[in-house]
Amino acid sequence: MLYIFCPHCGSRSQNEFAYGGDATVKRPELNKEISDQDWDNFVYLRKSPRGKHLELWHHISGCRQWIKVERDTSTHEIFKTYKADELTE
Amino acid sequence: MQKYSVFSLIKNAFSDHQNWEVAWKDPTPKKEYDVIIIGGGGHGLATAYYLAKEHNITNVAIIEKGWIGGGNVGRNTTIIRSNYMHDDNALFSEFGMNLWRKMSQDLNYNVMFSPRGIINLAHSDAQMNAYSRRGNSMRLNGIDAVLLNREEVQKRIPMADFSDNVRFPIFGGLMQPSAGTARHDAVAWGYARQADSMGVDIIQNCEVTGFDVTNGKIVGVRTSRGDIKAKKVGLCVAGSTNILAEMLNMTLPIETHLLQACVSEPVKPLLDHVVTFGAGHFYCSQSDKGEMVMGGDLDGYNSYSQRGNLPTLQHVLTEGIAMFPFLSKLKMLRTWGGIMDMSMDGSPIIDKTHIDGLYLNCGWCYGGFKATPASGWTFAHTIAQDRVHELNAGYSLNRFNTGDLIDEKGLGTKTWIS
Repeated sequence: MLYIFCPHCGSRSQNEFAYGGDATVKRPELNKEISDQDWDNFVYLRKSPRGKHLELWHHISGCRQWIKVERDTSTHEIFKTYKADELTE
Repeated sequence: MQKYSVFSLIKNAFSDHQNWEVAWKDPTPKKEYDVIIIGGGGHGLATAYYLAKEHNITNVAIIEKGWIGGGNVGRNTTIIRSNYMHDDNALFSEFGMNLWRKMSQDLNYNVMFSPRGIINLAHSDAQMNAYSRRGNSMRLNGIDAVLLNREEVQKRIPMADFSDNVRFPIFGGLMQPSAGTARHDAVAWGYARQADSMGVDIIQNCEVTGFDVTNGKIVGVRTSRGDIKAKKVGLCVAGSTNILAEMLNMTLPIETHLLQACVSEPVKPLLDHVVTFGAGHFYCSQSDKGEMVMGGDLDGYNSYSQRGNLPTLQHVLTEGIAMFPFLSKLKMLRTWGGIMDMSMDGSPIIDKTHIDGLYLNCGWCYGGFKATPASGWTFAHTIAQDRVHELNAGYSLNRFNTGDLIDEKGLGTKTWIS
């Protein structure tokens, strides 16, 4: 069982959360001309590192806020959590 | 190589079975090979075997970080099927079914292929319609498919929940009678033994630490047991694909996720088929030892840990009990996890790369085991001929740019949602 510290609610079990994937993927800027290749890369390519991974989680059975979680993908240790709009280190 | 037969069994009985040949050797790596396959799992071993057998390329090394067959080929739920709707998947898998049917004879190794049939249960009229469509697509591709109504399903699996007032009543199901199971470890060992006998070096406890690429061409692999030169290199490392891709400065449409499986205590034979729950993600078959072999959802977050987490297991088994209430009476014997190379459209990649002489085999998601022979066969062809075979032409890496996705389940890029 993962225990995730929601910045709004405190420590809660993973059962209250839904996973949202890689938080480092950046959508290309609006109204800016980009190549098809860049768009495809944004949609499909993932680093999927072993080790530290910054990811989105949705506290869907809690405060319903999206948060960012920094977690180790090989040990599942959670280092730090952030509000969705908070700047990460 | 010593052939396994009743005669060799009797002959060796006279020497108390002390003089059997080793099934494969433990060589030290040579300085150079024509082809290096990274990953000594089912796909890697099969690739080496077909390189030697079909293309007469025997100066081949398989490099394995741990021991052969210790990854997903030893961690799956042994299901073999070709019940796909899209042509690329259907034709590729059915080609594999034909290799499965003669594998024991081909490898002189009993892989215990058991074509016991798979039944996908349907729990609504809409799902029956969808299965009817899938079954028709399968039959157009020459794959056997039978649409079963509720009574026909009940006759085959009477232990399923056919009572009134269940949340997900069984409307019927789609059956592929020729699907089945095989002894997964035997598949790895059978391929390893034959590949070894044809001259392939199986090098275990040898971790890849880097690649040598010169002028856009692969020239060798750096490993924990020294640098090895190679004209061609094939990656067959499933969940570890992204780790190697990072060494090559490649970013792939792959995410690594954790998938669990489990077996119950052994019980007397009661389940003749592989059965999948249609209202969630759960599948079940009974092993020859009598254990119920079960699996379902991914744990749901990126992971390289080969062990699972209990909330997912609880969720999956809740579905199992909804389908087969008797499961709640059984004790759990073992649970384990493996790491899956989840691709962004749910279909695999077997292709060349932008680096000359480097070939990629990954993205198997939930379905790597059944693809073992077809994957090895087509990957060997792709490496040997330096071009894809028509069977794996659809499994290209650039389909994510051209839009030719093979979205069998229509899941999209949220690979952890099933």
